[in-house]
Parts: sequence; C-alpha cells; structure tokens
Amino acid sequence: MIEIRGLHKSFGALKVLQGVDLQIPKGKTTVILGRSGVGKSVLLKHIIGLIRPDRGKIWIDGVDITLLGDTELNELRKKFGMLFQEAALFDSMNVGGNVAFPLREHTKLSEKDIREIVAQRLEQVGLPGLEEKMPAQLSGGMKRRVGLARALALDPEIVLFDEPTSGLDPPMAEAIEDLIMETQQKLGETFVVITHNITVAFHIAHKIAMLHEGRIVAEGSPRVFRRSSNPVVQAFMARREEKEVQE
Amino acid sequence: MVKVWKTINLVGEKIVGYVKEMGRMLLLLVDTIRWSLYPPFRVDLLFQQMERVGVRSVLVVVLTGVFTGMVLALQSFHATRAFGAETMVGVAVALSMTRELGPVLTSFMVTGRAGSAMAAEIGTMRVTEQIDALSAMAVNPIKYLIVPRVLASILVVPMLTVIADFVGIVGGYLTGVTMLRINAGAYVANMEKYVELNDIYHGIIKAAVFGLILSVIGCYKGYTTTGGAEGVGKATTESVVLATVTILMANYLLTAAMF
Repeated sequence: MIEIRGLHKSFGALKVLQGVDLQIPKGKTTVILGRSGVGKSVLLKHIIGLIRPDRGKIWIDGVDITLLGDTELNELRKKFGMLFQEAALFDSMNVGGNVAFPLREHTKLSEKDIREIVAQRLEQVGLPGLEEKMPAQLSGGMKRRVGLARALALDPEIVLFDEPTSGLDPPMAEAIEDLIMETQQKLGETFVVITHNITVAFHIAHKIAMLHEGRIVAEGSPRVFRRSSNPVVQAFMARREEKEVQE
Repeated sequence: MVKVWKTINLVGEKIVGYVKEMGRMLLLLVDTIRWSLYPPFRVDLLFQQMERVGVRSVLVVVLTGVFTGMVLALQSFHATRAFGAETMVGVAVALSMTRELGPVLTSFMVTGRAGSAMAAEIGTMRVTEQIDALSAMAVNPIKYLIVPRVLASILVVPMLTVIADFVGIVGGYLTGVTMLRINAGAYVANMEKYVELNDIYHGIIKAAVFGLILSVIGCYKGYTTTGGAEGVGKATTESVVLATVTILMANYLLTAAMF
C-alpha cells in the first residue's frame, strides 16, 4: 500500500502541493483526477522519489521513502514501472532495446531470455514483432503501448501512469484505457493513474481521488465519488455531462 | 541615480547568477567523480562515447592540425627570413603546435562537434522526460549518461591532440621544406634540439583538462535544460560559448603554471 501524509511542495513562490493526504490500496487502480497544471504529475513523481517533498511523508509498503538515500531509493524503484506522458522512449534505441533496457540493467538474463520477454511484453500490449522499429516511426498510441511494455518489463509491483491518454484521438484513447484495465485485471498489480479526464477515471478506476489547489478534496470508489457534494467534483461532472450532450 | 543603482543591481544579479551556475557545475563534477567510483563500471558505454567523441572527430582534427601547421610555417618563414633564421621555422611550428595550438584547437573542434552534441542530446532527453525515465527505472542518469562522456573526453582529447601535433608538424615540414625550400636537415635538427618531450607532455596534460572542461560544461548545460526545443537550442549554444571561453582562460592559467 502507498500512504501519503501532509505532502507539501513549492517551486519558488508557487505552492503546488499544500498538504496532500492519500491512501492508495494495493492491487487496485487508483486514479488521481484534477485539472491541468494542478500538480498531478508532481504528486506522481513524489511517489517514485523523482521529486523530494518540502514537508510530509510517503510510505511504500511501510517504508518512508522521504528518508531514503540515493542508493536505497534506486533499489526501491525496482518495484515500480512508470509510463510517462509522451512515453519517454529512448529515441536512440529501437523498440526492442527500449523494452529490454530495464532487463539488461537489472537482471543477469541471457540475451535469448531477454528477447523472449520483450516479445511477450510487446504481444501483451498488442504490438507483436515491432522490436526493430525506432520510436520516431511510431504513432502516439503505439509509443504509449511500447512505454507500457517497458514499464511492465521487470514485473513491477506498482505501475504509475502520467496522463496515459492525453493527446490521443478518442478510439486510441479508449484502446489504451482498455489495455490498462485488462493488464491490471490480469496482473493484479497496484496501478496509479493521473488524468484530467473524468471519463477515463470512471472507466478504469477502483478508487478516484480529486486533487485541487494542492489538496485531495474528494476520494472514494467511482460510485461514492459520483455522489460527492464537493463543488469541484460537481463542476467536473457537469462539464462531463455537457460534453456527452454535445457528442 | 536610480538608473545607476538599477545597473549595479543588474550587474550584481548577473555575477551572482554566474557564480551560482559555476557552483552547480562543480557539484555535478563532484557527483560525476563519485558515481565513476561505484561499480558496475560501464566499459561498453565508455567505448561507445570514445568512438563518438574521438574517432568521429579525427578527420576534422587532422584538417585543422595540418592547415594550422602549414600556415604557421608560412608566417614564421616570413618573420625569420629577415634575419636569416629560416631553419628555425620547424622549431616555431613544433613548439606552437605541441604547447598551445594542438591542445587548444583540438579541444575547440571537439567542443564544436561533441560538446555541443552532448548538450543537445542530454537536453533533449531532459525535456522529453527520458532522464526521469532513467531514474524511474532505477538507473542513475549521472552514472549512465555523464560519467562515460566525461571520462571519454578526458581520454580522447589528449589522443586527438597528439594526432593534431603530428599532422601539424608534418604540414609545417611540407610547407617549409617542400614549398619554401628550407634545408631539410637543418629544419629537423633544430626541431630536435629545441623541442623537448616536456613540451609534448604539458600539451597532453592541457588537453586532458580541456576534455574535462568541455564535457562537464556540455553535460551540465544539457542536464539542466528547460523550455522544450528552444531550451535545447539555447543550451547547445551556451555550452559551446562557455566551454570555448573557459578553455582559453584555463589555457592561460595552465601555461603560467607549467612553462
């Protein structure tokens, strides 16, 4: 389980996180929802230790990661997989090299075994046989899929998703949502997804938490969340309904 | 009066900014040294960078060296002919190349070719979150990206300098002996008499320091890039300008200390 308590972070005069409290249950998909620029990515990067908080605590399976040094933090990160907003594939390596990267860095597997795992992972995300392609030759949706294959390469316990569907056309976005849902159901791992899209949240989440003005203002299962009386949640819901009527 | 204060303030802010940046660069260097001492030692990445920084710079270094040697011979021939000391042209070429122009021009060429590439490549990786991705995959980006580039530069810039020295001296010989008809025996004999091994060694030490400077600056500028594609362009330009000026300043200090 991931537990965040009293998390504060400022960049210069800009206060981004102002006391975030959140519990992320094990083996479920938790979606952190909020409008663009509210600090969702900053929160996600705190969970994996890419950003150090000004104040507050983050426990991953009982370990307070804010107290860890660089080497211990690096060890802990092996529990994680992360899919970045634009996939962040290494553009100097082909698809196979990208997916194999964590395996080559952290295991002593033979090249034959690595190739087999890479092929399996690519098949899992619906892109079999794409090993030789370069990231520049892929569409946005394909990049996210390869990014997911890379994030899953080491069988992580926790997978983080930074806006996995932003910038994609609706059918592709839906396909990525389905892929996230199927993968979570199959592997039973802890997924943490951040998005500004409430439809995505309702589609894939076991738990939704709303980040607004540096704090979690509402949280719960999609059913509980839907009935929240919080005005920020209500505004999000109203906008969603407006969009649905327009469509 | 207000204008004067504003100007002083602005100058002060600029100076404080530069000092802060130098401090951050020094911290990056300390981190680089620290991570270079921790296993695993990535010889594969080191060789890859030596090929990129070194092997791919050979042609441009040879061209720079040979033409510099030739022009030095031409210029010193005109200067020495006035008092009948043409046979000293070889000495002038060899000393200039080994002590100063070999290391300085080589490191300029490597800065333009490889230092700028370091800033651009690492800068692009920064703005597209590839560096965050490395950290997220439990791979230290300083160890993976910066240590091999800095070590490779420290090793290959001296090697390239030796090549530049050699082709510069050959270029000077060709111009002096073949074109300007200076006596070949006296040309070589004077060179042997007045050029010492220490001149070459000191040039090589300078080159290693310049390799360190250009790579640390290139990597630092890339590593701290912000602001998308425009930021990458800015970081690349700044890395070349800063490295070139720093190399010239370091050259003066090293010359004062060694010769």
